[in-house]
Amino acid sequence: MANDDINQKNGLISPLRRQILKGMAAVPAMAAFGGAARPSFADGVNTTGLAVTDTEVTVGILHSVTGTMAISETGSVQAEKLAIEQINAAGGVLGRKIKYIQEDGASDWPTFAEKAKKLLVNDKCASVFGCWTSASRKAVLPVFEQYNGMLYYPTFYEGLEQSKNVIYTGQEATQQIIAGLDWVVKEKGAKTFYLLGSDYIWPRTSNKIARKHIENFKHLEVVGEEYFPLGHTQFNSVINKIKLKKPDVIYAIIVGGSNVAFYKQLKAAGFDLENKQTLLTISVTEDEILGIGGENIVGAYACMKYFQSLKNPNNEKFVAAFKEMWGKDIVIGDVTQAAYLGPWLWKLTVEKAGSFDIDKVAAASPGVEFTGAPEGYVRIHENHHLWSKTRVGRARADGQYDVVYETADLVEPNPFPAGYQ
Amino acid sequence: MFDYSFAELSSILVMQGFAGLILFSVFVLMALGLAIIFGQMGVINMAHGEFMILGAYVTYLTSHLFLNYLPFAYPAYFFVAMVFAFIAAGALGLLVEWVMIRHLYARPLDTLLATWGLSLILQQIYRSTFGAREVGVELPDWMMGSLNVTDSIEVQINGLFVMGLTVAITVAVLVLLFKSRWGLQVRAVTTNRTMSGAVGIDTRRVDRMTFGLGCGVAGVAGAAFTMIGSTGPTSGQLYIVDTFLVVVFGGAQSLLGTVASAFTISQSQSALEFFLSGSMAKVITLLIVIGLLMLRPQGLFVLKVRR
Repeated sequence: MANDDINQKNGLISPLRRQILKGMAAVPAMAAFGGAARPSFADGVNTTGLAVTDTEVTVGILHSVTGTMAISETGSVQAEKLAIEQINAAGGVLGRKIKYIQEDGASDWPTFAEKAKKLLVNDKCASVFGCWTSASRKAVLPVFEQYNGMLYYPTFYEGLEQSKNVIYTGQEATQQIIAGLDWVVKEKGAKTFYLLGSDYIWPRTSNKIARKHIENFKHLEVVGEEYFPLGHTQFNSVINKIKLKKPDVIYAIIVGGSNVAFYKQLKAAGFDLENKQTLLTISVTEDEILGIGGENIVGAYACMKYFQSLKNPNNEKFVAAFKEMWGKDIVIGDVTQAAYLGPWLWKLTVEKAGSFDIDKVAAASPGVEFTGAPEGYVRIHENHHLWSKTRVGRARADGQYDVVYETADLVEPNPFPAGYQ
Repeated sequence: MFDYSFAELSSILVMQGFAGLILFSVFVLMALGLAIIFGQMGVINMAHGEFMILGAYVTYLTSHLFLNYLPFAYPAYFFVAMVFAFIAAGALGLLVEWVMIRHLYARPLDTLLATWGLSLILQQIYRSTFGAREVGVELPDWMMGSLNVTDSIEVQINGLFVMGLTVAITVAVLVLLFKSRWGLQVRAVTTNRTMSGAVGIDTRRVDRMTFGLGCGVAGVAGAAFTMIGSTGPTSGQLYIVDTFLVVVFGGAQSLLGTVASAFTISQSQSALEFFLSGSMAKVITLLIVIGLLMLRPQGLFVLKVRR
């Protein structure tokens, strides 16, 4: 076993204890093989002992349904369940119906790692759809690499990561940021920018990329850059600073409960996002607007790859199916759509590889295309991120976005951007 | 910072002073309920934030009630909502005191653990009832926007509202404590519990009413915060650290101390935020508070208590 080798190399465990541990490790393995679900080994479809039978394949869903992050992750869980149901209705994956085991990460990163290990080691899941925050992804990454699992990760994130065991179905930072900045410079003639963010890795990395792009590539000016602790609720001081500096564009990457406070206070302070002040954000999806209130953010621009209001036949079908399954008042944000892509991309990859084996799925991933994506067409890049279009939407009072711009071509994912470090 | 005109700088100065005052009122409003409970009874109520969020959810429900049944009275719904929030949070407070807290008096660490558990339970109840997502509380139009005092000075209406509310509630609590018979009993129990019992004060009843009042005030604060913050199952956690900071720094048994400490913390934070950045302002504020508490562990103001 891999961990035994590591432990032995580090001299952590004596030979005797190693024997005992091996004996203990064999017990759950025996239990798994003694159970009713016999793994199918036919035709190389499953050669590594994953939970795949002739009629069924087991996958995992790993999100927070309790704790702070439940606000954000609920939509992803709903999208993944919808995709799985649709795939099953269409005949399953390689003729096998998908069965899912859902685990709760409880907004706690060590719990995520523990549950990921459970899904891979005990349940032998053929793939896992899950995680939301970068912190949770970083916590489970070593687990997926050690036990050779496959994770489909839905959130737009800061980049600077690439793994054989992860497919990133959201955009990495350069995809999301650069097109939006180019658009606002060209369309609004913006010259000065004020960067805001919550104080953790994603906003800081994203703003770093934004600043490099503004200063080095566009030769324009950043007049301020500020971060606030997560959960910060008082923005009056920074709003006064913005009033003093009068930037052409407020570039905001504020998340969670702070978002609500920020937009309410911005509006109360007399900023007119509809007619006077341009605000561009990459952290407010339709989901967040529910909490902020459409009337408080109307007129703001958001830059991401998907909006619920996108007009194409795929999306109309997707929105209708989503509402039928989860209620007519539900809204769908960028990450929810990205989460929906996960099970579909996995199905297409498995069928391309002709096998559920993790190594074969990982190797077959680059080049897999999904033409039925609600956002349009996506394709997996060699670096396991997606080629996708970037769009700019303008917030309406009813909490939806009007799409005002989309890139002509698919934007190449570039998780390690040169010149932006 | 020096290439701005005098007029610009002075109007920013005025607005910044106003921002500091808003933060001050928010801190006082948050801390008042906790100060009553912690100060008068010595109970550390970790579920304080959840009582506030109960008030926020009541406001949310009230706004829907008015929209659907009394649309003509909608502009005034907020006042009714605050009354409902007080009643709901106060009633829950009385219940919690009766079921849980009264068995744990004089065991501060146990109440800390128990109320923390209570906060988790309440969060999950909110999540199951209202959903994990935040709810948007709509406000009547007159409460949004700002007043133009001069061309360049704008004053937020909801900020004025919070300030007015804070003054009203603080005065009401002070009057209750220092002018009413009940307040006399509360102060007697705080100073010497055994003796108060001996002279015929029903200390248990006083405790229950105090806890209920503290929770009720928290509910009103929660209702007011729908104007400036979010309403979700875990939003209460956003306020709890600042709240404890204010109460402990002020000196646990003194309402005056709470007000003074809220003023100190809010002004330093607001000014630092303007000259530095959000995160650094917080760090420096906390360092100042820690430093002062090392010099004066009992807090800014102390009440003499016979133990």
